Amino acid sequence: MSLDTAAVPRPPARGAAAPVMTGAQAVVRSLDMLGVTDVFGLPGGAIMPVYDPLMDDEAVRHILVRHEQGAGHAAEGYAAASGRTGVAIATSGPGATNLVTAIADAYMDSVPLVCITGQVFSHLMGTDAFQEADIVGITMPITKHSFLVKSAEEIPGAIAAAFEIASTGRPGPVLVDITKDAQQASAPFVWPPKIELPGYRPVTKAHGKQIQAAAQLIAHAKKPVLYVGGGVIRAGAAAELRVFAEATGAPVVTTLMARGAFPDSHPQNLGMPGMHGTVPAVLALQESDLIVALGARFDDRVTGKADEFAPNAQVVHVDIDPAEISKIRTADVPIVGDLKEVLVDLDAAFQSARVDHTPDIAEWWAYLDGLVTEFPLGYAEPEDGLLAPQYVIKRIGELTGPEAVYAAGVGQHQMWAAQFISYERPNAWLNSGGAGTMGYSVPAAMGAKVAEPDRVVWAIDGDGCFQMTNQELATCVLNDIPIKVAIINNSSLGMVRQWQTLFFAGRHSNTDLNTGHGTVRVPDFVKLADAYGCLGIRVEKIEEVDAAITLALETNDRPVVIDFVVSADAMVWPMVPQGVSNSFVQYARDHAPSFDGED
Amino acid sequence: MSRHVLSLLVENKPGLLTRVAGLFARRGFNIESLAVGVTEVPGLSRITVVVDVEELPLEQVTKQLNKLINVIKIVELEPAASVQREHMLIKVRADNQTRSNVIEVVNLFRASVVDYATDALVVEVTGDRGKIEAILRALEPFGIKELAQSGLLAIGRGGKSITERVLRG
Repeated sequence: MSLDTAAVPRPPARGAAAPVMTGAQAVVRSLDMLGVTDVFGLPGGAIMPVYDPLMDDEAVRHILVRHEQGAGHAAEGYAAASGRTGVAIATSGPGATNLVTAIADAYMDSVPLVCITGQVFSHLMGTDAFQEADIVGITMPITKHSFLVKSAEEIPGAIAAAFEIASTGRPGPVLVDITKDAQQASAPFVWPPKIELPGYRPVTKAHGKQIQAAAQLIAHAKKPVLYVGGGVIRAGAAAELRVFAEATGAPVVTTLMARGAFPDSHPQNLGMPGMHGTVPAVLALQESDLIVALGARFDDRVTGKADEFAPNAQVVHVDIDPAEISKIRTADVPIVGDLKEVLVDLDAAFQSARVDHTPDIAEWWAYLDGLVTEFPLGYAEPEDGLLAPQYVIKRIGELTGPEAVYAAGVGQHQMWAAQFISYERPNAWLNSGGAGTMGYSVPAAMGAKVAEPDRVVWAIDGDGCFQMTNQELATCVLNDIPIKVAIINNSSLGMVRQWQTLFFAGRHSNTDLNTGHGTVRVPDFVKLADAYGCLGIRVEKIEEVDAAITLALETNDRPVVIDFVVSADAMVWPMVPQGVSNSFVQYARDHAPSFDGED
Repeated sequence: MSRHVLSLLVENKPGLLTRVAGLFARRGFNIESLAVGVTEVPGLSRITVVVDVEELPLEQVTKQLNKLINVIKIVELEPAASVQREHMLIKVRADNQTRSNVIEVVNLFRASVVDYATDALVVEVTGDRGKIEAILRALEPFGIKELAQSGLLAIGRGGKSITERVLRG
């Protein structure tokens, strides 16, 4: 076994050649050397030494956020939109703990993120010093790895290793916690540093035998489905997926994390599976005889009751993380590898396999096409005469187009944004899928706009989510980051309210936010936008929708906030109620597809 | 449930034990015993952990452990293919009436007396689980005042070593 990951050799020891600098300077210099151009953060006592050289550095742009959680999500949005590792910086104690939600989020959604935090002086550690928190300990369960750095010499190596770990294999968050004395001390800056990670060897090339076995199963399947997860996007394998998918002709479903990994306009794409997936996507998985899982992890929101999920399906499971394979559903053919390579190998193997056996999936497609015709995505106009949120989101997508980036918060608006916007390219759809972090949208959109300044970036947010992180509008205005925010304002914590309507006898406990139609409007989102120096627009009628979106698209000298006042009664459909089999998918309230006595 | 002995070769880094122990707790596995110590290679430590878990979850926890950056290698040591030893110190009541009987038990089990007092002896015993349990049963009638037990140590039988392949690179 080779130790490739440790392959960066230290140049011959030439003490005189390595410039001596402070640990703080070494932090900034390391970021320079790694090609980092943008970081998000907020200074405080224990990280102040780093902020001094950061002030003069021309290569690294530091964007001063208003809350460290904003820095974390911005770095996530930056990474998700561009594929480049995001960087967030915070001070010790509360600065670091404010990053925790974003770190947990990045861990669940495999986002390459490096967080650099200051730590109190090493001689004070463990004494309950001012602004001391054991952030390495706190984040152990939610980081891919972490480093506690207590000497200046270790800094370049720790930062370089952090980037290596965050961005390779299954990406994820890495924390580098640096004591203040390490930042202040001086040491020779040796670059490239020696990175020794003998325990880190991501497998990228898959086992040939398994590839052959998978190809045989695909060639012989009568009801195959490609279950595409966020791994395809993180692997940058959308093009390879398309080639492979078209070769097989199999139906494709794209999970919440994989929206855009395969074009929505493609005739093989049945849409999103899962709790709020399309009926064809849900049933394609449920009734298949072969699931080819590509960078997907059989999340409970996709499988429903796992014991009853796709009972007749064999499973080919491809993932770069061996621990995902057979975690929830036993794989008949496990394939560990990088999808960018595996999909090419699978395609070649399938081309050979089908020479001996021509796949026949015409009957399968006839059934699925019937479902597509019978159960298209749709929505009912609200009975209260207020705007349909689905319509608003649909129009944003149609008027803005597939080249934009759409970052959603969490809840009903997130599901509608996943359903009613057409995604044609990877990295166009950003959301908090695994963690379900309310407040993700505005800072993530900000980060995406910094990473991809030429793209239109929409934050599709809810009135609840927006109130969690809207302080970053100040950051956007002052740093010329003109994002567009669409608040889908149903005056409530809509998804919880929907569940209360359906499962708690309509008792709406603590879900009214009083921001919408017929309420006191606290806060008034238009006034709030105005206070931040954004363009604020309120839309209450259907005929105002297009004009507001168009005005937002034309306004690029400042952020735009549109308060779309929508009906609170709109619900997300289709829906598989929690804890039941996907066979019980409901197309709309009290409307489940009828089955031909198969189950 | 079934008992498994895992041997982890790890980098000796601060917080490593927390990472490993935390992972077991987080995934809902109870650690029955744990032993940590150095290896013949500087910088590398070895953790021997005994868990009570079924085959499938064991595979999952092994995979999750393998994801820890500082964990270099994990092997499961089957009882038949490995030497497994526990180490115990037993403070047993022993006065002039009972002392010779206690010492007889100690000799029978090839254990040894490592501390003497007028009313008690400290007995040191090393062995597999069966032997440890047997000597405890034999000493119990005399009165066991205190016990200290190490985690299980295990090493594969034969000439191969866990570090060999890793170090060959």
